[in-house]
Amino acid sequence: MNVEELQQIAAQAQEERDKFDYEVNVCMGTSCLSQHSDRIRDAIAKEAESCGKKCHVRRTGCMGPCAAGPMVLVEPAGTQYGHVREGDAKDIVSALGGDPVARLDPRLGSYFEGQHFVVLENVGHIDPEKVDEYVARGGYEALLKVLTEMTPAQVIEQISKSGLRGRGGGGYPTGLKWDTVAKVKGAQKYVICNGDEGDPGAFMDRSVLESDPQRVIEGMAIAAYAIGATKGYVYVRAEYPLAVQRLTVALREARRRGFLGNAICETTFSFDIDIRLGAGAFVCGEETALIASIEGKRGTPRPRPPYPAVSGLWGDPTLINNVETFANVPPIIRHGGEWFSSMGTARSKGTKVFALTGKIQRTGLVEVPMGMTLRQIIFGIGGGVPDGRKFKAVQTGGPSGGCLPEEHLDLSISYDALISAGSMMGSGGMIVMDDTSCMVSVARFFMEFCMTESCGKCVPCRAGTVQMYNLLTKICKGEATRRDLDQLTELCEVVGATSLCGLGQTAPNPVLSTLRYFRHEYLAHIDEKRCPAGVCECSPAVEVHA
Amino acid sequence: MTDIRTLATVWLDGCSGCHMSLLDMDERLIELSSQFQLVYSPLVDRKTFPERVDVTLVEGAVASVEDLKKIRRIREHTGVLVSLGDCALTGNVSAMRNTCGPQPVMLRVYEQNVLQPQIPTEGVPALLNRVRPVHEVVPVDVYVPGCPPSADTIYRVLSELLAGHVPTLGGVAHFG
Amino acid sequence: MSAESNVRTLTIDGEEISARADQTILEAAREHKLAIPTLCHLDGLSEVGACRMCLVEVKGARRLLPACVTRVEEGMEVTTHNPKIDRYRTMILELFFAERNHICSICVANGNCELQSLALTLGMTHVEIPYQYPQLPVDASHPRFTVDHNRCVLCTRCVRVCSEIEGANTWGVMGRGAQSLVITDLKEPWGESETCTSCGKCVQVCPTGALFEKDRAGSKVRKQPDFLPYLRIMREGEQ
Ligand SMILES: Cc1cc2nc3c(=O)[nH]c(=O)nc-3n(C[C@H](O)[C@H](O)[C@H](O)COP(=O)(O)O)c2cc1C
Ligand code: SF4
Ligand code: SF4
Ligand code: SF4
Ligand code: FES
Repeated sequence: MNVEELQQIAAQAQEERDKFDYEVNVCMGTSCLSQHSDRIRDAIAKEAESCGKKCHVRRTGCMGPCAAGPMVLVEPAGTQYGHVREGDAKDIVSALGGDPVARLDPRLGSYFEGQHFVVLENVGHIDPEKVDEYVARGGYEALLKVLTEMTPAQVIEQISKSGLRGRGGGGYPTGLKWDTVAKVKGAQKYVICNGDEGDPGAFMDRSVLESDPQRVIEGMAIAAYAIGATKGYVYVRAEYPLAVQRLTVALREARRRGFLGNAICETTFSFDIDIRLGAGAFVCGEETALIASIEGKRGTPRPRPPYPAVSGLWGDPTLINNVETFANVPPIIRHGGEWFSSMGTARSKGTKVFALTGKIQRTGLVEVPMGMTLRQIIFGIGGGVPDGRKFKAVQTGGPSGGCLPEEHLDLSISYDALISAGSMMGSGGMIVMDDTSCMVSVARFFMEFCMTESCGKCVPCRAGTVQMYNLLTKICKGEATRRDLDQLTELCEVVGATSLCGLGQTAPNPVLSTLRYFRHEYLAHIDEKRCPAGVCECSPAVEVHA
Repeated sequence: MTDIRTLATVWLDGCSGCHMSLLDMDERLIELSSQFQLVYSPLVDRKTFPERVDVTLVEGAVASVEDLKKIRRIREHTGVLVSLGDCALTGNVSAMRNTCGPQPVMLRVYEQNVLQPQIPTEGVPALLNRVRPVHEVVPVDVYVPGCPPSADTIYRVLSELLAGHVPTLGGVAHFG
Repeated sequence: MSAESNVRTLTIDGEEISARADQTILEAAREHKLAIPTLCHLDGLSEVGACRMCLVEVKGARRLLPACVTRVEEGMEVTTHNPKIDRYRTMILELFFAERNHICSICVANGNCELQSLALTLGMTHVEIPYQYPQLPVDASHPRFTVDHNRCVLCTRCVRVCSEIEGANTWGVMGRGAQSLVITDLKEPWGESETCTSCGKCVQVCPTGALFEKDRAGSKVRKQPDFLPYLRIMREGEQ
């Protein structure tokens, strides 16, 4: 493969496209697919065939506004349809070239206002299983550029310059990580893509893998070149069958086109990727546990240092990044690090994909520039809280994060701002809660999650989460005293400070943040035996006997 | 701390081993008894807990409704409450039934392997579903581990109390 | 490499000491008779850093670090005891005692148990947090040994000695979180394990009353894990 050949593939794909007057893109992300969007696609294809219009019906990955699904996007008009049913196929096809079908307006309002697509740039426009469509939109340009024009050091320099930080939650500077692994001596190095995504309410990585898997593969290949690795693994949870299937196809396609394998693009660079399935343990998203799991061992974290960069998979230097992190790499190389760093805030660059869920009008996947305020996302893009209820809190960062109240709605999203407010960027779950949510119950929910997901290796997390969960239950039931609250606070401190891995270290965060902003709700449960949101059934403790 | 003049000892759900250990102080008992008055104890006759006691040693866990009433009253009328021994401190053997609840224990004792099976209900206090260490029920001032705590340990505790400090047994006595 | 560059100078609790570059804080401290409490660590076995008893403060580090796995560094300033660390350790101990059923008075390891003596040395006289009272099995199917999960602290010493020293890999861990359990083979009864060589090493290294020899129950039995470092040295010498 060289530049001309790449352009040829792109040209061919474009030619293919030009044969048609219209494109009907049907979303086949998990959410729309669960509402039988595959049948809708078939119906539209059948209609298109019989009506004589030159129309290409394509399946695409998640288009974002899942709540309005099944979604259909008609090009070149750019018309979006929502809540499409099989029976709508005829009308959609007849409307091609004319006025859109009014009743299928998805009523997305300002959903796309302020969104900025980098990671999701191809979403809705390509068939995730066709590598050539990816190439037609600039795919693999970056890899080719890297292999033919850049030294590994130059690649790392661009990534560093971009200011990209890990999207898996921690926000570690990606360029710095690459640089470390590149500098460690080792005959064999590995690149791992972390697609374990276990946070409740998060589905960004799944979406990226389902809609644009080539982008992740390209990102990994560039990373491999930069650090000197020849072998990569994508670790995906087995609960994501569609992502696994699309990725499997994508890997095969990439190999067929020579983007993976030996002597990639006629250079001396060789790299290939295997998929490893996770069995759904949240802790296996932690890098050392993930590595143990790939090695076929019990997935438990181990103390760091040594970091995977020095001693990772099979003891060799290993680069591990999140799906979205890798997905950002090709555009950074294509447009340069400075382009990327022009977006976002001082210390958080680029965009971030969020999964908007909970009590919000427009649930879905959004990509916004760093620095956008929570209010813009929740009320602008998401359309605010439905049913005339009042906004109460937004939870970010999953079980490691926290709940932010109304006062913080004007907070500009960045790694550091979220942390100082007592929450976390996390992997991008954003759960909106209205005044029907009891914040103690919310804290209890997340603690239950940590308790059942604790690997059991270290005692503060293994036993501490159980104790905290029990105390939260006691508070919810109206059986707790102030002493219990003190004990809970102390447990939070000790578990956070002494646990072995991030799971235990951050498990107290949902409690701490709700204690910080919603302490009065805790006290109402304790002192007045009353749940302000009316969620918990509080009754004072009675001594039970046989 | 106020002068220690009166001492009480109580026996909740325990085996009386701690009281045996107390008696094990032998001649030191005589030395101590010249300094305080034993106002209430399984070892003396008095039936009701006095209005005011300076120091109370509690042996045993809180296992029945009766224990619960007693310990609350004792706490109210006591200056320094001493949890004496593992049962008071941890629940110990008394709390072993907490893994299964009281029913299986009752059945085992009163129904299985007996000639006239009958679970007593009259004249006996109802068992709590969960046996609890004393400090889970009322605040405790001094913790004395051991099953039983040695006579030396108890002597040390009492002497220190008489000398006017609240002793801590950390690093001195262990569970078991 | 010159001998010089292999030496690191650091202070532990204000005392200036030197250590080999490949030593951990724990090794360096113990060589200088500075006490750091441990439970999962055992000389001669690999480190897992799981019990968190050995956490120490290192100046400049963001978090407390486990002394058993943290290597010494030049100029390190280590604090092994201060009110905060002591409070954390006591709480961790309380979590251990509360999560399973430790009834020292009737335990085979009474008076000879590392958990019990940690409570003594750290001055823990009672447990503030609620006991959990789980129902846990006792497996006495092995002709010579018993495993009583009520006393297990999940230190995985048995797992490690069985794999690293005996090479039988009989022991493993199943389950997650509080449901974790050490098991023999694929949870077969110990007595029916086809891999167990009945060498008894696991019993000797177990810090508590979870693993014991049947005919020698009672507080007189002292466990003897001291053979491990020698075995290691002998084996390394052979290679
Ligand atoms: C309990 C736990 C769960 C984690 N789960 C994930 C996950 O699902 N996906 C992920 O990318 N990173 C996860 N991480 C973070 C990883 O350990 C690691 O930092 C990340 O994959 C590094 O990639 P990045 O630098 O690109 O963010 C988790 C960390 C912890 C402690
Ligand atoms: S903090 Fe929790 S998940 Fe992490 S090692 Fe400890 S027990 Fe396992
Ligand atoms: S194992 Fe140790 S701490 Fe547990 S009951 Fe036995 S002696 Fe006590
Ligand atoms: S059985 Fe003993 S050695 Fe094995 S994990 Fe439990 S306490 Fe540790
Ligand atoms: S001895 Fe270091 S963590 Fe257990």
